[in-house]
This record gives sequence, structure tokens and C-alpha cells, in this order.
Amino acid sequence: MLVIKDLCAGLENTEILKGISLTINKGEIHSIMGPNGHGKSTLSKILIGHPGYAVRSGSITYNGKNLLEMPPEKRALEGVFLAYQYPVEIPGVNNAEFLRMAYNAKMKHEGKELVDPLDFEDILGEKMALLGMDAKFRERSVNEGFSGGEKKKNEILQMAILEPQIAVLDEIDSGLDIDALKIVAEGVNKLANANNAILAITHYPRLLQYIKPQHVHVLINGRIVRSGGYNLANDLEKTGYDSYLQA
Amino acid sequence: MVEYRNSAYFRQDWTRKKMEDGQEDISKLAKREEYKYGFVTDVESDVLPKGLNEATVRAISSKRDDPDFMLDFRLKAYNHWLKMKEPRWANVKFTPIDYQAVSYYSAPRKKQKLASIDEVPAEILHTFEKLGIPLLEQKRLANVAVDAVFDSVSVATTHQKKLREKGVIFCSISEAIKEHPELIKKYLGSVVPIEDNFFAALNSAVFSDGSFVYIPPDTKCPMELSTYFRINTEETGQFERTLIIADRNSYVSYIEGCTAPQFDTNQLHAAIVELVALDNAEIKYSTVQNWYAGDQDTGVGGIFNFVVKRGKCLGKNSKISWTQIETGSAITWKYPGCVLIGDNSSGEFYSVALTNGRQQADTGSKMVHIGKNTKSVIISKGISADNASNTYRGLVRVSSVAENARNYTQCDSMLVGDKCSAHTFPYIEAGNNSAQIEHEASTSKISEEQLLYFQQRGISREEAIRTILNGFCKDVFKQLPMEFAVEAQKLLALKLEKSVG
Repeated sequence: MLVIKDLCAGLENTEILKGISLTINKGEIHSIMGPNGHGKSTLSKILIGHPGYAVRSGSITYNGKNLLEMPPEKRALEGVFLAYQYPVEIPGVNNAEFLRMAYNAKMKHEGKELVDPLDFEDILGEKMALLGMDAKFRERSVNEGFSGGEKKKNEILQMAILEPQIAVLDEIDSGLDIDALKIVAEGVNKLANANNAILAITHYPRLLQYIKPQHVHVLINGRIVRSGGYNLANDLEKTGYDSYLQA
Repeated sequence: MVEYRNSAYFRQDWTRKKMEDGQEDISKLAKREEYKYGFVTDVESDVLPKGLNEATVRAISSKRDDPDFMLDFRLKAYNHWLKMKEPRWANVKFTPIDYQAVSYYSAPRKKQKLASIDEVPAEILHTFEKLGIPLLEQKRLANVAVDAVFDSVSVATTHQKKLREKGVIFCSISEAIKEHPELIKKYLGSVVPIEDNFFAALNSAVFSDGSFVYIPPDTKCPMELSTYFRINTEETGQFERTLIIADRNSYVSYIEGCTAPQFDTNQLHAAIVELVALDNAEIKYSTVQNWYAGDQDTGVGGIFNFVVKRGKCLGKNSKISWTQIETGSAITWKYPGCVLIGDNSSGEFYSVALTNGRQQADTGSKMVHIGKNTKSVIISKGISADNASNTYRGLVRVSSVAENARNYTQCDSMLVGDKCSAHTFPYIEAGNNSAQIEHEASTSKISEEQLLYFQQRGISREEAIRTILNGFCKDVFKQLPMEFAVEAQKLLALKLEKSVG
């Protein structure tokens, strides 16, 4: 589904990713692990088409199409979703209305009928129940004044509503206490199925106890230095990143 | 009268909060769509030669068929004006206006008084239709009565009969001067005296027409009233005069809309609006202003919108509320305000002022508390984009006799792009210890990260900008009558959106 080949990318004048190759198929859960400042978040920004980042060489193919040529909203409409590490606050814009706009943008893209606010209430209610979310999320402004945990839950709620083909979770565990982490992870697990894929980017192995990836990759200095199965995460829990950093 | 000797006075200036990040492409998005009301109607007009002197004032008076008391009013105002100087304290820049290069009167030529709207010249009917204001019976807006002012003259007022059944008077001000001189004598100039300021004196001398409303006691006006102003002739000033009186226990909601053709010269629009609310009366006055703003890049042309709007809450428990959506004009310079005289009276001001291109706005409100337990609210939303400058200036004055006065002011600015600026000048004068005055201010910008967040959820940049702006302005939009709120949202979106390929 997603094929990244020899990707070199970064900020305009700074190369951060130095030749990444990664293939993700339907039904798979992957995890990219590594210390801070080594390119994990850069990869997520490249995937969504952040205008502040540039690709120098390499390619990203998504469902057979060149992802790098698509504008950000096209990527989203085609099923690429990023759960933000730091979700953006949008004062004055009602959360439920924002979610409906996003949902309808997808419906329109797929040639389906748009939903009115009343019907959307039902869709939203169902997904919020799935994630055990409080009704107050509907009425508040998008992410404004949300706690760290609430923001992360709101990201997963958006994922639940948009049902992406590939969901990139950028440090979805950061800033969460253990109870919130469990809820968020359970939410992700409920959404994972044979037709979609998940790429969980994380610093700590802790998250991976709840979202069990089949594939774990270690990202150091802009390169994937090791790939393995779920056990690799367990090893990292014991050894840390030191051995990779010294190598 | 009231003295303000003990007033604590302070002034804050959040000046030049310019945006730092280069966001050229947001400002590209924010480019104004072509001004679609810029056409000129070819209609035979009766135009006075340019220039202003006593003979001009007398000529206008005789063209309007004024009774003697009106001619006296005009001449008194003219003589005051001669002694006054054009004020320059506003935070706007413009080359001095040559008051002798303006024509002070232009009216569509017509043979006699029209017996019905069907006799209005077809070109003018067509003009208003093009502007979305149908005047003919079968096409009228069902729940809105419209007074259409073309250049200096009211050309048509709809729904007259239905209003008359309720005792509501809604007509052009020149008709009111003839038919209801007792009300005119009592109230015209009672809120904005002729010597109030330079533009007030000028308007009082040369105003040619405008709208008049009287709501009798114990009456809720059965429909929205509306005036639609259109400047058509080049180098003509428009000086209209609006007077609304809400008698005891009455209610009226009034809407004003404005457009003008696209000319390279600046046109002066110096109007006066006076509102009077007696005991338990309520007046809601809404404005959607979209005068031609001048050329987007060079700033050539456009309307100078220098308007005096004031309401007097004379009666106990009376209420006056101003809502304005200001999107047009090269320069907007106005402070709709309320003088709260009656005990328990309240004044409200809700404003969205959007400037882009080279537009400048210095606008806000004045709330003067005199009666006991008076309340006022000011909610101001300023948006600036491109090279525009947007200033909020507001005065809250609590007189020494105003026990338990309360004011809440919220003043938010939004910047789009990195060449625009926002300024805030709140003046607070509290002359009574029991006053409670709150002022909140914020500055925000539409950030690239916010737009990307929308896009990441499949929503286009244009829709993102519109949604953020509507969110920013919703406290003001919700004050507008339903259909006008929709119009206002569209107007804002039109001004700030240009789809990018």
C-alpha cells in the first residue's frame, strides 16, 4: 500500500532523513522507534505534505500513485491520516462541525451523499461511545483548552470518523497517563483491521505493549538502522538506544 | 450637564502587532474577488455644480422643497461648518479632501412625485435588482420593508401599506419633513447636534435624503426595515440622514446596506444616523457596508466612509444595539455609540471590520453612561489582510452621576499575511466609583499550521480560511437577522477567498 524508497528529505537547508526505505501493506501495524531529534516526526510531516519540509530524492508510492505529487488535502482524502503529536488549536470553530466538514469532504471525494448535522450526530455519538468520550467534546472549539490527553483522544476520534487506509500516529502516547494511554490504544486497536494499516511513531516502547506491531524499525540519524518483529521493541525496553547511537 | 473632572483616564496602545512569519501564500489566498457592484447605471440625473457655499445650501433646500425651519437648520449648520476644521486624529492617511470639488446633490431626474413604485425609472429598478434588492411588489422580500436611496434621493419604499396599518411610519426623510414636521423638529439633531463635529455640521447643511422611522407606543414593528444606499454618480458626495424614533414599549430592527460603482476618484460618504429610544423601547440597527474599496494594489479610488452614528437611550429600560459588518470603503471612520440616559438602559455594539488591499479602518464605539444601572457591551472583531490597517478605537465614559454602570469590552484582532497591521486604542473614563469596566483584547493570526490541519483532514484551504473567520466573527454574526447573517458570511468569504489551483 505504502512504499517509501531511498527517501532523503528535511527542512529546506537541513537534511534530516538520509535514505529511508519502508514498505507497509494492508492489515499491518508498523512502529518506528528512536530517540528524539533523529527524524521520526519529519517522516510524518513528509507523509502529509507539510509545506515547510522538502524532499531531495527518493520516492513515496501510495496505492500505486506518487504521493509526493499530491497536495495535502488530496492525500487526506485518499486515506492518509496523521494523528498529530501536538494537535493544532482552532479557536471559534466547533469541534463537531469541524468533524462533519472533514467527514463530508471525504463523502464528496468518494461520490457519496453528504450528511446533515442531525445525521452526523448519530455517527459522531457512536464513535465517541467507542472511545468512551465525553459529550462536551462536541461543543468545544477544536482542541482549544483541551488537556494533553483530550487532544490525543480527539485525534483518535477523527481517525475513527474518517476511517483512513493508513494512520500515522505521531507520539500518540506522549503526555498521556497510563489510563488515558490504555483508552487511546484500545481505540486504535478497535479501528485496526485487515484493510488498513497503522504506523505508530514512538519514543517509548510502552505504547507497543498495547498496540502490538508486527514490524518494528529503529530510526537513528535519519536512517532505519534495524528492523525486526515485535520482540525488537522488548529488547529496546531493556537496552535503550545507546548501543545504536554508539554504533 | 455632567462633568468628568474626577475621571480616571488611561489609554493603552497595542500598536503594530505585525505578523512576523512570511505567509505570502495566505495573503495570496486572501486577495479580494473582483468588486461585483462596481457598475454605473446610465440614468438621467439632476446634479448640482461642484462646490459648496450658501447658495448651494439654499439650492439643495429648495430642490428638496424644505419648509422654512429646515432651511434655517441647514444654514445654521453651514455657518458652523465654516468655522470648523477637518479633524485629522484618526489613524488613517488620505490626501486632504477638496470640499469645493464635490457635487453636493445628485438625483435621478423625475417629472413629479411618483404615485407608486411602478413609476420608478426602469434603469433604477434594474440597478437594485442587480444588487439583489427587488423593489417591485411581486418580487419583494416577504418580511423586509426596503427604502432604496439612489445617490442623494430615496426612490422607493416598499410595504408602506402594511406598516401604516400598525401606525409605523417608514418613509424618506424628506417626506417626513413635510408630513411629520413636529417629530422632525423635536428629534432631528437631538442626538447628533449640528455643531457636534465637522462632518456632522457638513451633513446637516447639505443632506438631501435618507430614511425616517417612527414606531408608535406599544408596537412591535411587524417586519424588518431596511435602507439600501447606492452612490451612482461620480464625484458626488452622499450625505444621507437617518432618524429612527422608537416610542414607549416599542421594538424595531433596522438594516442598512451600501454599494457604489467603481471610480478612480474618491467619493465622500458623510452620513448621520440618529436613534432615539424612549421608555422600554428597543432599537436594533444593523449595517452591512460594502462600498467600493479602491484598487486592491494601488489604493486608487474608493469611498471615504466618514459617518456619525449615535443612539440615545432616553427612556428607562431602553435598549439600543448596533451591529456592523464593515467590509468595503477605502477608509472607514466611524464610532456608532450610545448615550445611556434612562435608568437601566443598555447599549450594545457588535462589529466585524475587514480590511484588505490598501483599505484603512479606524472604527469602534462610544458608550456614555449617565443614568443609573446602565449597561454597555462592545464586541469588536477586526480582520486585516494584505497591506491594510485596522484600528479599534473605543470610548467608555461613566459620568459622576451614573451609579452602578457596567461595561464589558472585548476587542479581538486577526491578522492575515505579514504586511497588515492592527491597532487598539481603548479610552476609559470612569467618573463614578461604583462603575465596573472590563476590557479584554487579543490578537491572533491564521497560521499555516491551522490551515494544514484542516487540509490533513481533507478540507481545502479556502474552506479552512472561511471556517476560521466565521468562527472568529460568530459572536457578531449571531446578532444579525438570520438572512443577513448568511449574506454577511458570504460577503466575508467572497472578500477573503480566491481559489488557488
